[in-house]
Parts: sequence; structure tokens; C-alpha cells
Amino acid sequence: MLRFVVRRLLQAVPTLLVLSILLFAWLRSLPGGPATAMLGDKATPAKIAQLNQVLGLDQPIYLQYLRFLRRVLTGDFGNSLVSGDPVVEEIGRAFPATIELSVVALIIAVGLGIPLGYLAARYRGRMLDNVTVVGTLVGVAVPVFFLGYLLKYVFANTLGWFPPSGRQAVDIDATHVTGFFVLDGMMTGEWDAAWDALVHLVLPGLALATIPLAVIVRITRASVLDVVNEDYVRTANAKGLAPGTIRGRHVLRNALLPVSTTIGLQTGLLLAGAVLTEKVFNWGGLGSLLAEGIDRKDYPRLQALILLAAFVYVVVNLLVDISYAIIDPRVRVR
Amino acid sequence: MSSLALLDVRDLTVTFHRKGARPFTAVDGVSFDVEPGRTVGLVGESGCGKSVTSLAIMGLLPRRGATVGGSVTFEGTDLLTLSASAMRERRGRDLGMVFQDPLSSLNPVVSIGLQVSEVLERHRGLPRKKAMVEAADLLDKVGIPDPRRRLSEYPHQLSGGMRQRALIAMALACRPRLLIADEPTTALDVTIQAQILALLAELVRDTGTALILITHDLGVVAGLCDEVNVLYAGRVVERAERHALFARPRHPYTNGLLASIPRLDGARGERLRPVRGSVNDNIPWRSGCAFAPRCPNALDVCRLVTPEMVADGPGGLLRCHNPVVHTEEVTA
Ligand SMILES: Nc1ncnc2c1ncn2[C@@H]1O[C@H](COP(=O)(O)OP(=O)(O)OP(=O)(O)O)[C@@H](O)[C@H]1O
Ligand code: SF4
Ligand SMILES: [Mg+2]
Repeated sequence: MLRFVVRRLLQAVPTLLVLSILLFAWLRSLPGGPATAMLGDKATPAKIAQLNQVLGLDQPIYLQYLRFLRRVLTGDFGNSLVSGDPVVEEIGRAFPATIELSVVALIIAVGLGIPLGYLAARYRGRMLDNVTVVGTLVGVAVPVFFLGYLLKYVFANTLGWFPPSGRQAVDIDATHVTGFFVLDGMMTGEWDAAWDALVHLVLPGLALATIPLAVIVRITRASVLDVVNEDYVRTANAKGLAPGTIRGRHVLRNALLPVSTTIGLQTGLLLAGAVLTEKVFNWGGLGSLLAEGIDRKDYPRLQALILLAAFVYVVVNLLVDISYAIIDPRVRVR
Repeated sequence: MSSLALLDVRDLTVTFHRKGARPFTAVDGVSFDVEPGRTVGLVGESGCGKSVTSLAIMGLLPRRGATVGGSVTFEGTDLLTLSASAMRERRGRDLGMVFQDPLSSLNPVVSIGLQVSEVLERHRGLPRKKAMVEAADLLDKVGIPDPRRRLSEYPHQLSGGMRQRALIAMALACRPRLLIADEPTTALDVTIQAQILALLAELVRDTGTALILITHDLGVVAGLCDEVNVLYAGRVVERAERHALFARPRHPYTNGLLASIPRLDGARGERLRPVRGSVNDNIPWRSGCAFAPRCPNALDVCRLVTPEMVADGPGGLLRCHNPVVHTEEVTA
């Protein structure tokens, strides 16, 4: 198992290298080059030439790439053009907010999606199944943006059950250690702060979870319906095993294989959904950083965000592969 | 029928109801019995209802979409009247079953050891550790070398023959009184087939388990079965002791099947004669003999009157208006 993980990690290296080359090429292909982009309206040929020299853009392309690579590896992404702060610090502040939101959404999607999909398959063609299938159709069709505003309007503005925006009430006295507010509250024993952060997570978490939830339900349902017709399930029945054993060991375990792939894909897409959700709920995570970065053509920031997204994607895929290997022995030997 | 019978199948009828299709009776009043320790063959061509019969006995037909009639009396209890959970208690303990395709019949993501031991855990209440020790013994008994190592292996790591051996070990784990083997060798290489059949014969002899052997291959029957039921279009058309069946097949269909198996002692160059026509030519049983359109012996009456099952020779049963007559037997 350990060898499997190490091998997969090594396999991720070329992927990331190729990504870095693509990113580098993209930065170089910007109209007028990075210098023009950075100088904006104030660009004059003399200033551009000067900046090019400062940035090393007059050197051979492979040297530029190697320098770019070294900076990336040492975590030096330069300073944001908007705030002037090092990009790494900016991202470090916003990252926990987005991850916290995404993790909650993922927990909702997986924790509800797998049982719902399983139950829909088990009671196929009955009320529960029909409601679930229609629900998932609506779920994938409704834009996150719209759903976010709807949830906010109904449960925050009208009913007042949940706060409409932000990550934590401003008047709460919370100590922040990791930047994950719920975790911070639990670590410091400030339970009111943890609870408050959790309450703030409910609506954006639900909005962000809807699409992955719907997809996971559908895949789980289809997968279970496939598996129950397999010969080995008939064998399990012929052995007279307890229904619980048949469901868990023989049906669900096999049915989860395609589901784990789906969870990986959905996690990748979650980050895109997070940008929209964060906007609706004024979340202040990577989403707002990205939106502002695009608006203001903040290339250092964008470059770092793109690499981060790629890195997260690779890590997620690795986790999917590992979960696959845990479930399926056939993958392990390969 | 006989009070000795371990299993007594009476007028078993299975009808499938599918949306948009007419109800289809796959098994149409099948009766036969199995005495303790005997090996009974169910023979017939593809689609004649062999698998459906065995699934009905095991209570494994889908609950929705299939109606089962008649009775399946096992040790005095009609299995068809048992609740789902009572039937689950019996399956794997009193009745074992081995299926055709060993690869697809094993769970790919569960170790061989667990797939054997879970039967022991379930029916004998053994804790996991003890069950595993016994599982290794069972694997050893069915001829799997190095059984301790195999416990932690997965189906894809075993050869086809080993997989079928493992499935047999699972089916026999609780020493059932009846084992049903549905085409247990069809998916295997010829040499492996012989080994698996030899293993089944040996296990049946050693454990005293009765065996229902389902096959379309009369060669398999010849090697293993004490008696044979020949099925045609969902009905038993002939029942006979093995020797009688091979020496004097009475039903024209049985006769055709026998003529179509290659014989070592057959004259060289003699062409195999498969039964002509196909099941598609059948006429419904209620309007006559289903086999009539394909039958070389058919008379006019065969398309008008459904032949009844009648006694024929010692221990034999026959459903035919114009059976094959063996003149050489008479003169001998
Ligand atoms: N679940 C089902 N629903 C509808 N029809 C079925 C079902 N299972 C079997 N049948 C039909 O019942 C008939 C008998 O099938 P069965 O599987 O018993 O044949 P068989 O004698 O085992 O043949 P084979 O040698 O091909 O295994 C076939 O015509 C088949 O199409
Ligand atoms: S009843 Fe008639 S048609 Fe049917 S098998 Fe006998 S001879 Fe042939
Ligand atoms: Mg069959």
C-alpha cells in the first residue's frame, strides 16, 4: 500500500511539470508580455524594456523557465499587484476559508448522497426513488448562484434561521489559530465561536453541495442497481448470508468504486462552484481573491491561484486512487 | 413421492411476468425427487428451464416478476412456504449451490478467505479467527494448494479451476445435505472440467451429500449421475437410471441427444447428428407434444394430444406417444 502511494506521488510529478510549462507559456503569451500587463496604462517602451530586464525577460527562454520553476518551488510568487502583499500570504489567508466551505459541502454531498442513492436503488420505482430521481434532476439543473440567493432569501432574510453572509459574527471573540474557524473554536475551547462558524457554514455549504450531491446520488443509485444483478450477489444469497452482510460487503463495496471516481471529479468542480458561492455569501475566500484578480489583471496572483488549483486537483486524484486501491484489490497489484 | 426422498419437487411451475410481454412459463409442472446421497442429473438444451428450476428450489428467483407454483419438499418442509428469512437460514447450511461462471460468481473485492469463512460465521456462529482456520481446511479439502496463503488472496489471483474449487468449498462449508451444481464445468477448460467433476464425485462420496447436477452435456451425466431427468421446454420428458438411459433411451429427444455426443467407440467418419431444428419450432405443451415439430417419430396424435408422464420400465418415466423401440434388446 505504501509503495502504491509513493508510486502515485511520483507519477504526479510529470503532470505538475507539464502544467507549470503550460502556465509559463500562457504568461509569456499575454499581449505585450508580463511587463505591459504589469505596467498597464503607464507602459512606455523604455519602461517596458527596463522592467523586462529587471524581470529577466531578456534572457533565453529556458533560463527564464528554470528561474520561474525555482521561484515556484521555493514558494515565491511575487507580490500581488492589487494589495502589494506577497501572493503567498494573501492565499494563505483565504485558503482556509475556501477549504472549510468545500469540506463542509463535500461532507454534505457524500454523507447524504451515498445513503440516499443506495435507498433509492433499494426502493426502486417506489415513492422515495421517484422523489429522489426528480430531486437530482432539479439539483443538477439549478445554477449555484440562483440556489445560493434563494437559500439566503428564504432561510436568512425571511425566516432568519441562519446568518445571510460572512464566516463568523463580527461581535464574537474568537482566537484564530489555523484559519479554519470551526476547528479553531474547538481547539481553543471557544465553543460558541465554533458553533457560530458552523451556523454560518450551513447555507453556503448547502448551496455548494447541491450539484455534487445530486451527481453522487445518481451514480450511487445506478451503480447499486448494476451490482445487485451481479452473479456474486446471487452467490452471496445462495450462501444464506444475513441481509446486512450482503448489502454492505457484497453490494455496497462494489457499488462504491464508480462513486469514488465521481467524488474526485466533483471535488475538482467544487472549487469552481466555491467562487460563485463565496460571492453570494460574501465569504472572503479564494473565490473573491480570484474574481478581483481577474478584474484587475493581477497576474502574479492569478498564476499562483492556477498552480494551486492544479496542485489541489492532483492531490484529490491521488486520494481517489488511494481510496480505489483500498476498496479494490485488483488495482493494488497493477 | 417416496418417503425416502430428501427433496421432492412436485409440479413445480415458474412463470415470468414482464411488462409488455405475455407471461412466460419457463418451468411447467416439473416433478422429480432426490434421495439422500444420490446424484441426480437435470439435462436439456439451453433455455429448457434447468437454471430456473434450481433457482426456484433455492428460493433465489426475483420476488417481483416471477410466480412459483407446486411444492419443493425438503426433509418434510415445503420450502416454497417458508418466509424469506427462514429460507436464508437454510441456504448455505442445508442447501448449497455452485454456479456456472466461477469468476463472476466470486466477489472481486473480498478475499477468498472471507468469502469462505463468512458462511461458517453465519451458519455455525464461528468467530472470524476460527472460521478462517476452518476455511483453510476446506480449501485444502477441495484441492487448493497452499490454502493458508490463498486465504488472503482475491479471486483475480486464482486460476479458473481454483476459483471453481473455492466456490465448491463455500457451498460445502456447512456440509449441506443437498448440493446443486448448475453447469459447474461449462466455463472451464476441458482438462480442468475433468478435475472438477472428479472432485465433485469424490466430495459427494465422502460427505454423503446429495447432488443435483445440471448440465447440457450427457458426457458429464455419464460420469457422475445415478439417475437422470431429461427436460424439454420446461417439462420432464424422460426419467431413467443412468445405465438404462444410455443403453435404451426411450424418448426421441433423449435419443437425439445421445446420438449427438461424440463416441470413442463410434465408427470413424460417422457424422454427429445434432437434434434437428431448434426450440423456436416448439408448439405449446397444452396443444400436444412440444417436441413434435422436431421429432423423427412424430405421429398425427402428437400434435393433438399432450403426452402424459407414464411409468416405463423399472424406475423409468416417459412422456411420449411413440417412444424409441430397441429391437436388439428384445432379440438378445
Ligand atoms: N428472470 C427471468 N425473467 C424472464 N425470463 C427468464 C428469467 N430467467 C430465465 N428466463 C427464461 O426462462 C427460460 C429458461 O431459462 P433457464 O435459465 O432455466 O435455461 P437453462 O435450461 O438453464 O439454459 P442454459 O443451458 O442456457 O443455462 C429461458 O427462456 C429464459 O429466457
Ligand atoms: S410424443 Fe410424439 S412428438 Fe413427442 S416425442 Fe413422442 S413421438 Fe415425438
Ligand atoms: Mg442455465
